[in-house]
Amino acid sequence: MKPLPPPVPKRQWSLNSRATRGLLFQLVALVIIALGIWFLAHNTQRNMAARGIQSGFDFLGASAGFDIGETVIAYDPSESYGKAIWVGVLNTLKVAALGILFTTILGVLLGVGRFSRNGLVRGLCYGYVELFRNVPILLQLLMWYLVFIEILPPSNEAWNLADLFFLSKGGFSFPYPTAGLGAVVAGAAVGLVAGWMWLRWVQKRFEATGRDGDRLWTPIALIAAFAVMGWVVSGMPREWNVPEQLVFMVDGGVAATPEFMTILVGLVMYTSAFVAEVVRSGIQSVSRGQDEAAAALGLNPRQKMKLVVLPQAMRVIVPPLTNQYLNLTKNSSLAVAIGYPDVVSIANTTINQSGRAVECIAIIMLVYLTTSLSTSLLMNWYNQRVAIKER
Amino acid sequence: MSDTFTPIAPRPSPIKTSGLIPWMRRNLFADVRSTLVTVFVIGLLAWVLPGFIRWFFIDAVVRADADACQAARGIGACWGVVTEKYRIILFGRYPFDEQWRPLVATSLMMGGLILSCVRFFWKPWLAIMWVVILALFFTLMGGGVFGLADVRTDLWGGLPLTVMLATLSIFLAFPLAVVVALGRRGRLPAIRTACIVYIELIRGVPLISVLFMASFMFPLFMPQGVTLDVLVRVIAGITLFAAAYMAEIIRGGLQAIPKGQLEAADTLGLTYWQTQRKIVLPQALAMVVPSIMNTFISLFKDTSLVTIVSLYELTGALALALNADVNWRPFKLEAYLFITLIYFTVCFAMSRYSLWVEKQLSASKAR
Amino acid sequence: MTEPIIRFDKVNKWYGNDFHVLRDIDLDVAKGERIVVCGPSGSGKSTLIRCINRLEEHQQGHLFVDGIELTDDIKAIDQVRKNVGMVFQQFNLFPHLTVLENLTLSPMWVGKMPKKEAEERAMVQLERVRIAEQAGKYPLQLSGGQQQRVAIARALCLTPKIMLFDEPTSALDPEMIKEVLDVMVELANLGITMICVTHEMGFAKAVADRVIFMDQGQIVEQNTPTEFFNNPQNERSQDFLSKILGH
Repeated sequence: MKPLPPPVPKRQWSLNSRATRGLLFQLVALVIIALGIWFLAHNTQRNMAARGIQSGFDFLGASAGFDIGETVIAYDPSESYGKAIWVGVLNTLKVAALGILFTTILGVLLGVGRFSRNGLVRGLCYGYVELFRNVPILLQLLMWYLVFIEILPPSNEAWNLADLFFLSKGGFSFPYPTAGLGAVVAGAAVGLVAGWMWLRWVQKRFEATGRDGDRLWTPIALIAAFAVMGWVVSGMPREWNVPEQLVFMVDGGVAATPEFMTILVGLVMYTSAFVAEVVRSGIQSVSRGQDEAAAALGLNPRQKMKLVVLPQAMRVIVPPLTNQYLNLTKNSSLAVAIGYPDVVSIANTTINQSGRAVECIAIIMLVYLTTSLSTSLLMNWYNQRVAIKER
Repeated sequence: MSDTFTPIAPRPSPIKTSGLIPWMRRNLFADVRSTLVTVFVIGLLAWVLPGFIRWFFIDAVVRADADACQAARGIGACWGVVTEKYRIILFGRYPFDEQWRPLVATSLMMGGLILSCVRFFWKPWLAIMWVVILALFFTLMGGGVFGLADVRTDLWGGLPLTVMLATLSIFLAFPLAVVVALGRRGRLPAIRTACIVYIELIRGVPLISVLFMASFMFPLFMPQGVTLDVLVRVIAGITLFAAAYMAEIIRGGLQAIPKGQLEAADTLGLTYWQTQRKIVLPQALAMVVPSIMNTFISLFKDTSLVTIVSLYELTGALALALNADVNWRPFKLEAYLFITLIYFTVCFAMSRYSLWVEKQLSASKAR
Repeated sequence: MTEPIIRFDKVNKWYGNDFHVLRDIDLDVAKGERIVVCGPSGSGKSTLIRCINRLEEHQQGHLFVDGIELTDDIKAIDQVRKNVGMVFQQFNLFPHLTVLENLTLSPMWVGKMPKKEAEERAMVQLERVRIAEQAGKYPLQLSGGQQQRVAIARALCLTPKIMLFDEPTSALDPEMIKEVLDVMVELANLGITMICVTHEMGFAKAVADRVIFMDQGQIVEQNTPTEFFNNPQNERSQDFLSKILGH
């Protein structure tokens, strides 16, 4: 007998069916939520009218009237609130980008250090992690600020290293090339491509003949060589903006303000403790059996790390690592406590001046939400791609 | 064919592998690199440590004498600032004579926390005990009854505030988190979406913005004539924040319950709520206890942020104590180190305990 | 008399200062010999075979594998590991690599073999364990029995002179034990020296040249399978056999 298609189910709208109940429940819940939101919005409107607070985002066009301590792009007090907030966003991104870079380096070193053969190194790494994890970040920032503001020497007698690097209450100054940087970067980019082509050639030759080539130093050397060539080709410019110690201050070079130093150093030292733990547990998650199988197959420790342990550890490390990057970005909002002009700081000033609390807080949340959600999406995509395939 | 068998008694190893010398040989001097590192680190410590110990202990001034401290600047730590100011740091602006009240209240709260950590006390009457403790806490701190002088909430501060904010927020956030976690996993799309929006919104923004929202916007949400105490606003903000994170943790626990449990409950005729209450939640919550402890530790540290919205908990009270006082202001670092010690002790102890709980729970799972 | 391919000469091993796990082991294994090691848990049988490829280090005595003495000398250890293949109880396949990549890893990176040649050799071994069609799959997509067969193939890709098996079927569901034992029986007929720690006495009877019974770190008795199972000489062997053959 031929298989028949299933019969069309008759809809039963009784109070006992799960479908009906579910629908009713959701309807009730939606109504309650909608009522709640209406209630809050209604009150907000009444209260704002009573206090003479206006609403709307038009204030963003008005002139800000306040100066900002450090900016990535040009800004002066006559520009709009919108521009000021944008400057804040750029400052936040600057701290976040540099913070993530240094945290990764320090965190990985500390995490790997927990497995060192030397007991002192293991102990020091453990001590660092426990110390910096168990003290609130705000307190750490306040202490670093104290160090930079009160413990460093005044700017008329800054500490200096080789007359090139100066550290004082006024900040950290370092030399910066004024010409030729573009050519060097372009050269390095060419070197990057050359390095990638070299790696591809080495892999092809390895698969064909079994002879491996150098995969670390040659690409680095290529990048360096092409960067130098870029410099030579552009005429070997030697102009540098070098800071020098004047009577009252240090002038010239690029100066990192004490506020920026505080937030960068504080965030990096705090977050790297967490990153170290993430790295440690990732490496530990690879079972000893994998280690033994690799050894039994004759792989040396370097090959074992590269081919067996690290690929598996990375899959465990990347999701929580991304979480820590997000935490660092969110913690940069504490800059408001030490006077670094990030987006929260500037929004705070804007609220105080324009009274538009609701709008400004909404802007702050929007900025951070965008960052978090786009990072989450990226991470989900990465996770799906590298997931270990199971049944 | 085998020869006659004579059993051999166990002997101790000729090469000692345990003990101090073998440990040192293995861990400090195993090879050339390790030896060099050991020498370098010991050299570094020898260079830094004596100076540090001298500053910290030997040449330090303990008396509450501002002049002696000034004289010792750069040579010895000024612990006099702690001797002088510890009451303001610990209790904020609470009236001086009544400070025994926050002391008792905080001790009660911390005692309750420690008791709750011991597995022996995980019984139903623990909940009642907590209600009593919280009632006592607020009565002692606020006063106005039983002959205790009335103390406004904006005078509360210091350690009692820190402990109270963390503990109360976790308690209030917990039921909210359970509801949101269940909703997130439920079948009903509208509820699920609402829960997802809430969780992702709160987790995507920094705590400071949630506190700003609570501080600036909650008063606007209230009907006219209703004023919100600043403490209530802050507690509401922290609670909303903690609930979002705990909801995700609880969701992880719920997900770990095998489907077979739900199916068994279904065949036994249990309703949705009965299943959740009696089968799912007990197992899920037991699984996530270590993670909840970690949330509590984070919350304890995060309470320091309420300084920014003008509530003077431990970190804020310090600023209060020193910013105005010219004599003691130069010794802020020592005061900071004092509260660093307090935070570190509490958080480190809690994290060690949480690790121990985790080991206990996984031991019960191992066969 | 030809040199034994494995020689234990008064080998002793301790864990820590006090746990004497291998006591005065004297053992010669001839080339092509097939040995089954059995005994109660904690008797040191796994430790014994793990000393052969230096996954464990012995503290006293001498251990020679294929003429090379096993000491701390890294070159000696590497040379020995090229000739000794090992199959683990927990399979220990690399989950992030396909079956084929698992097999070609060592020939390419240790044996410096070109990729094509390594893959050809891998396919031959996969055919031998009758799992060639799974070459592109990932280990966690296979059943336990299939994974263990892949593990055997992976060890065979080294063309080892000695194959060590550490309780290869103990982690398998009953219906999968046969497929793995069948492969091991076929291997036994190829002339590779095999040392197998197992409780599968049927396998011992079918294939082993010698059964070694260990208890508390010592070799208590060694004999041909027939003699050992029918006529155990020692009280401890009798006790052990009654326990495992009784049910």
